[in-house]
Amino acid sequence: MMEIEAQAPGVQERDFSALDKARVVEALARVLPVGVLMFENEDLRPYECDGLAAYRSVPMAVVLPTTEEQVVAVLRTCSELGVPVVARGAGTGLSGGALPHPQGVLLSLARFNRIVHLDPHARTAVVQPGVRNLAISEAAAPHGLYYAPDPSSQIACTIGGNVAENAGGVHCLKYGLTVHNLMRVRGVTIEGEVVEFGNHALDAPGYDLLALMTGSEGMLAVVTEVTVRLTPKPQLAQCVLAAFDDVIRAGDAVAAIIAAGIIPAGLEMMDQPATAAVEEFVHAGYPLDAKAILLCESDGTPEEVAEEIARVREVLERSGATEIRVSRDEAERMRFWAGRKAAFPAAGRMSPDYYCMDGTIPRKRLGEMLSAIQRMETEYGLRCINVFHAGDGNLHPLILFDANQAGEMERAEAFGAEILELSVALGGTITGEHGVGIEKINQMCSQFSVAERTQFFRVKAAFDPAGLLNPGKAIPTLHRCAEYGRLHVSGGAVPHPDIPRF
Amino acid sequence: MEDSVSAWAERIRNAAATGTALCIVGGGSKQFYGRVQQGEILDVSSHRGVVSYEPTELVVTVRGGTPLAELEALLATQGQFLPFEPPHFAPGATVAGCVAAGLAGPRRATAGGVRDYVLGVKLLDGRGQVLTFGGQVMKNVAGYDVSRIIAGSLGTLGVILEVSLKVLPRPVAEATLRFAMSEADAIERLNQWGGQPLPLSASAWQEGGLTIRLSGAEAAVSTACQRLGGERLDAAESGAFWQGLREQTAAYFAAAATRPLWRLSVPSSAPPLKLAGTQLIEWGGAQRWLVGELPGEQIQARASALGGHASLFRGGNRDGEVFAPLAPALLALHRRLKTAFDPAGILNPGRLYQGF
Repeated sequence: MMEIEAQAPGVQERDFSALDKARVVEALARVLPVGVLMFENEDLRPYECDGLAAYRSVPMAVVLPTTEEQVVAVLRTCSELGVPVVARGAGTGLSGGALPHPQGVLLSLARFNRIVHLDPHARTAVVQPGVRNLAISEAAAPHGLYYAPDPSSQIACTIGGNVAENAGGVHCLKYGLTVHNLMRVRGVTIEGEVVEFGNHALDAPGYDLLALMTGSEGMLAVVTEVTVRLTPKPQLAQCVLAAFDDVIRAGDAVAAIIAAGIIPAGLEMMDQPATAAVEEFVHAGYPLDAKAILLCESDGTPEEVAEEIARVREVLERSGATEIRVSRDEAERMRFWAGRKAAFPAAGRMSPDYYCMDGTIPRKRLGEMLSAIQRMETEYGLRCINVFHAGDGNLHPLILFDANQAGEMERAEAFGAEILELSVALGGTITGEHGVGIEKINQMCSQFSVAERTQFFRVKAAFDPAGLLNPGKAIPTLHRCAEYGRLHVSGGAVPHPDIPRF
Repeated sequence: MEDSVSAWAERIRNAAATGTALCIVGGGSKQFYGRVQQGEILDVSSHRGVVSYEPTELVVTVRGGTPLAELEALLATQGQFLPFEPPHFAPGATVAGCVAAGLAGPRRATAGGVRDYVLGVKLLDGRGQVLTFGGQVMKNVAGYDVSRIIAGSLGTLGVILEVSLKVLPRPVAEATLRFAMSEADAIERLNQWGGQPLPLSASAWQEGGLTIRLSGAEAAVSTACQRLGGERLDAAESGAFWQGLREQTAAYFAAAATRPLWRLSVPSSAPPLKLAGTQLIEWGGAQRWLVGELPGEQIQARASALGGHASLFRGGNRDGEVFAPLAPALLALHRRLKTAFDPAGILNPGRLYQGF
């Protein structure tokens, strides 16, 4: 009976401690050219964490392949020897999805950095996974096109990572997430099979495996090439800044905009502490007496924008905005956004450490969530500033703490866990765009039933029967969920402080 | 309601134990689609009704058996709609059938397809378990995106009990323009327009005429009309035209009553097909209908050479494969996924591909 239980998918994590580093390194060296494989400790250190630096782990080896054949060779070798493989792009992820496995190989796609083909007529770009998100839009700009999903780390994050996380951004209410802007993903399975998901048409025969691959956190296959859809660049963008003397009223204004049939290009909200924090930092000219501010962006042809801005203004006035400003030029529009985009660095300036949450809730529950966060601030003795992608209900509460003060790190984590669990209770989800990774793996236990989690493991097993791709991430085992609550982590600093986060 | 779900779960468990194939039926409006049906009928059309609808959240959750027409009428009361314009093909079409078939209408190229609007599903899998994936919010990356693969899976992975869909406000203004144009010119022009900030929402070329629809803000539509020229159709005529395409009641499709109808899904910029038969082009060049008697292999080969795939949409031999063959590695993944959801292989077996 016990044996059968242990064979069911997702009961407990596999133990890889018997793996012999010398043997793995030797096998990889046999199939890879010089300069692709690293295994000395000082070469491995830079890869010990991604954007979630609270979790660190030095991999057994790092490979930096330059061709798909090398990726196939690495995966075949690891498959034969039963070695875990963790794929990594730029390492900017915030959920620890690219945290190395201590007995595994870290597969960096950094050298896959070529834009293979850009077809302005068909509005597609074929790119390697290590190409930066923003680099695609830059390459498309001369043709009046761009790649729409714009995660805040877009200057650094790679498209391969965007595929793995189904990255969002400020404009996804109108332009969709990564999954809505991909046409084809080419990848290699752990067994070394090259597979294409999707194509250059609008659909593909069979199951929609392209959708399944998107957001799969490197658990199903390693991406070696991506075709993205390019979008015509809007002629004009204009931003409205509205102040409110009550957070709930601001939330109602968001609902009123949607109810009026308007889908703005961006719709963001900040509470008063967040506004104060960024104002001190970037001097965006935000009204400091407001309890909440909304940023509402409209884009399109000049006529379209003028029509939409007039309608937005009318709704905001009706919703009780205390002040409304419309950007008069591009410089002012950028200034309106500068504050919102500075929220993360401002939190870093206010406090030695901060912890960013990523729950999504139905927007009508915003008031309940904010009151609960206020209560938790008192309960945990920590401050929290709130920024939201208000249009789609995605919250980024930033919990401020000091890891050097005894107990603060633990309190911040408990605070964060309570926010995520409340997100689920309010009918939402623990992660809107950052992914589960290792960070939110325990909260998966509260979002999904045993049967559902078991089904996720079966889906994984269909692609990766031996469970070697990114083991221990995204989906918790039954054992982990049983033990949830007794886990401890340490650390707290955020790497890449120079990359925008919002 | 829960009684019927438990009864179906029980029936699925028994069928799994005895290896009895089940044929899932809702409104029966798309029985012509996919490969020939087999197995005992499992009628799930009684599981209907709206679970929740919050117009300001842009999300609706309904039970699978809810008539598609009922859902669309409800959304219309709030000035909202399903942007992928799913075809009904018969009055009884259900929401679950719409999702399982994964078919989209004229707006597909610019608004997205069924899978782009599926936010969550509640399924009864081949073990008779009720499983929920995704949710009722627009941004959700917790767990694998199982709900989107249900779109277009033709009931082979589970019975759709509930589905949450993203909805959008109806565009304020719409206009339909017609131009006299050759096939090659139409493909060229549609791709050029597609790269410009124009409010295009549908297109159709047949027999020397290109018809396009513009949707959006008043100002955007009127500016685009002035810029593009062409002959403007009145509201009644344009409404009937796009409806005829969506529901395949247009004259073009009448020929498909006696001859096979093929659907070729290709890159929008693919050159003219040059295949014998009559053609209709939609989706900015990306969807090409072909009524004709050519051998399936020849049509598949042409679609594949252009970077796309073909499916035998109506008529022809439905005992053979009707969808494009899958590469061996992809086929293996399909089989394993099917087993993950339906280990006994009893849910709509063979409807999508022979053998699973």
